[in-house]
Amino acid sequence: MSAASGNSKRYDVIVVGAGHNGLVAACYMQRSGLNVLVLERNDYIGGAAVSRSLYPEFTYSNCSYVCSLLRPEIMRQLELPKFGLQVIPYEGGCTMMHDGNHFALYDNHDALRREISRHSKRDAEAYDRYARDVMRQCKFIKPLLLREPPDPTSFKIRDIQELLYIGKRFHNMGEKRMYDTIRFWTMSAADFLDEYFESEIVKAHYAGSSIIGTALGPRSPGTAYVLLHHYMGDIDDTVGAWGFARGGMGAVSKALGASFEASGGTIRAGAGVSKFLVRNERAVGVALSDGEELYANTIMSNMDVKRTFLESMDASDLPSEFVEQVRKFKIRGSSGKLNIALDGLPEFPAIPKGAPCIRGDMHVTDTIDMMERAYDDWKAGRWSQAPYIDMLMPSQIDPTMAPNGKHYMSVFTQYCPYELADGPWTPEKKQGFANSVIETIARQSPNFKSLILHAEVRTPFDIEREVGLTEGNIFQGELTMDQLLFNRPVPGYAQYRAPVRGLYMCGSSTHPGGGVMGAPGHNAAQAVLRDLKKVA
Amino acid sequence: MSNPTDGVTHFNQPLLKTPFHNRARALSQNDSFVAWAGYTTVDVFTSPEQEYFAVRNTTGVYDLTPMIKYRITGKGALRFLNHLVTRDVSKLKVNRVIYTVWCNDDGHILDDGTLFRLGEDEYWLCCAERQYDWLLDSAIGFDVAVEEVTEQVAALAVQGPTSCWTLKQLGMSGIENLKPFEVGRFQVEGVDVMASRTGFTGDLGYEIWMPPEKAEFIWDRLMEAGRTRLIRPIGSQALNAVRIEAGFLMPHFDFVSAESTIRLGRDRSPLELGLDWLVDFKKGHFNGRRALVAEQKRGVTRKLVGLDIDGNKPAHSALLYTDKSGQTEVGFVTSAMWSPTCKRNIALAMVNAPFFSVGSEVWAEIYLNRELLWERRMVKATVVEKPFFAPERRRLTPPADR
Repeated sequence: MSAASGNSKRYDVIVVGAGHNGLVAACYMQRSGLNVLVLERNDYIGGAAVSRSLYPEFTYSNCSYVCSLLRPEIMRQLELPKFGLQVIPYEGGCTMMHDGNHFALYDNHDALRREISRHSKRDAEAYDRYARDVMRQCKFIKPLLLREPPDPTSFKIRDIQELLYIGKRFHNMGEKRMYDTIRFWTMSAADFLDEYFESEIVKAHYAGSSIIGTALGPRSPGTAYVLLHHYMGDIDDTVGAWGFARGGMGAVSKALGASFEASGGTIRAGAGVSKFLVRNERAVGVALSDGEELYANTIMSNMDVKRTFLESMDASDLPSEFVEQVRKFKIRGSSGKLNIALDGLPEFPAIPKGAPCIRGDMHVTDTIDMMERAYDDWKAGRWSQAPYIDMLMPSQIDPTMAPNGKHYMSVFTQYCPYELADGPWTPEKKQGFANSVIETIARQSPNFKSLILHAEVRTPFDIEREVGLTEGNIFQGELTMDQLLFNRPVPGYAQYRAPVRGLYMCGSSTHPGGGVMGAPGHNAAQAVLRDLKKVA
Repeated sequence: MSNPTDGVTHFNQPLLKTPFHNRARALSQNDSFVAWAGYTTVDVFTSPEQEYFAVRNTTGVYDLTPMIKYRITGKGALRFLNHLVTRDVSKLKVNRVIYTVWCNDDGHILDDGTLFRLGEDEYWLCCAERQYDWLLDSAIGFDVAVEEVTEQVAALAVQGPTSCWTLKQLGMSGIENLKPFEVGRFQVEGVDVMASRTGFTGDLGYEIWMPPEKAEFIWDRLMEAGRTRLIRPIGSQALNAVRIEAGFLMPHFDFVSAESTIRLGRDRSPLELGLDWLVDFKKGHFNGRRALVAEQKRGVTRKLVGLDIDGNKPAHSALLYTDKSGQTEVGFVTSAMWSPTCKRNIALAMVNAPFFSVGSEVWAEIYLNRELLWERRMVKATVVEKPFFAPERRRLTPPADR
């Protein structure tokens, strides 16, 4: 995989970071006839889409854990199934309640209606209206995902054409839905859900996806969009759109890497970049941490904008106002994660025996207020005392993740600060965070603690250190309206091109944002190819 | 201590069973069931043809328990309903029923159904779509209570030329005096049964309403009462055939509720569906009135019409064109069948203006599968009056025994 240093091979493009977006971009560029080198700091590729074995015979999806947003166009064009990617669906999910009751989601519409009606007869019938409105908005956004966002201040023909395209789609939604869109993009998840549901538990369950990865609470304006962002995986009307990558999320990176190498691309793992090299206002190459320098006409950064521009470039090579805007870009750590090897399937008395909802995402936060209080802790610089958890056991569905009868549990946790109010993270504090999560689960599962064989604990601080995401923010920047579309990452630079010629951005800091979607990588590659006149 | 989740089994059995389920299952020779409105219902008992002819020749019995039922009561019920639906509810007398539609603010249909007035301040709304949240929200400001009572009532449609005779045999004497859309109360061996002269078949027929716990008892008595006249339970396939002949609309086939459309322009107004006669512009304000007044002034650009199609191959899902060349599309078929009674190849179709006047000619693109060989046919069709079948007996009071 690695070429000798001082290699004579000349590359057209160097991609810095083998996260899923870097790999997606590399694949598209290599397939268009460019010679592409991907550099990765870690010894393994994938960034935050990795599968690692930290306990014998168990595989963890260490960071990202569900494969729902990866664009089917990308899977198809890059032939990822041929290179081993298999996405397997999971069914439903649930929230366990303090009083021993529960709320479950089921694929079967009638089962779901009856489940909701256990909590509110009215909400059971309101659900269809909710699902419809979410779908209407998703249908509007979906075609914008794989397009370069137009700059509304530009008079370039391409920008005007793209604006007209969006304008036409927007107008085609009809008057009422146009109003809805504007409201949807700015309101809080709690307000949004209040418009449909009366039952606290129903609202709490659906609000979960509005805060995942976000340093905002369910009552913060803008969280309704985050909720929608997570629904984007549901829109394709294709079977298996939402599920697990068989073999863990590393299977996504592995397939991308294999597709890339099969088309002639080169990956060098264990090769961290310390600096982007700029000569005469043009990016010319990169310097590795061991001092080696590599050169190419096109350089692409898969790192988030802060790491790219604030930590890996000379301020003198960049416009001051741009640097200032990158500095202000909100990219706050708010999520932690536990990966747990279990000696068996934990019992959850709140869930009826045999209910398939435990094969989906499980939660224990049964009111929006509880969720908001978890956020209050984060604001005060401490991990949530009663955290919101998104807990899944993929090994129930994917036989490759754990030995028979044993289970791998992924516990995503909101909220956990990057910096604690009482000083830096220490091993004791990290254990304290882990304990708060474990105790939260144990309150719903009496035998849970006795089943734990091993646990990997990751605070935002650890995620930053290991994956490189600034503050451990899983989206490479908050998904709020001020940082979306033509404002992502910063106004005027939303089209994947950095203010230095030859330098491009392809991480989730760019449109359309985070999640293992691959869209930023795809769009960035198209920008390069357009600039090099390889495509129209 | 009991657990709040005890007894929850709908993840294994999402569909409810109607109170007639055990009886229906015993008679279902095909084991052919379909999900309808959250219930398991019979698609075909024996053969769709036999069941169809039961409705047109003797008596067919259809389990309509899953029909969604809302009970609306209170001093403000009339005001609320007059605001909700397009017809003038103030003209609806106690123990009478009307067929009506109701719309959103844009004048697009939320649903169609029957509205029963069962007392001074008591109504039932029977319909296809679940819309409890809509009804509760729009009832705010009215002195009215809305309850969802679907599971509290069992119901059978008893339809066909011998249906009146059969119900008399059952002991419901006086049923012959019930006029179309009238409601009466009867007793069958001490069991209270409500009957309405309503139905979805376009034929003589009644719907009978009873407590769920008495459902099997009434079913057994009814089947016995009609035995010598070949009473038959019918499934949804046969029902669909008779309702097309009667020109009745089926939600999700002939129109989609405005509350469930995702794409713009897929909802329908009552004027587009040819239900102008249900819209009472004179009664004062009702939901969607303003939009409908504007639409009426503007004229509709598409309309649901009846078609009489050449040949005998049903034009399922056919696209419609101006001429045989098939270059200019003007609409599509929503429901189609060969009508065994009318001996006509009939369909309901959505067509663009100005192709909707009776007598207009359109061409249907029909695909035929002949022993796995697919053939495409362009077939001439004529816009005709609905309903396709409307026998005198459906209106006669008292009806004939056979």
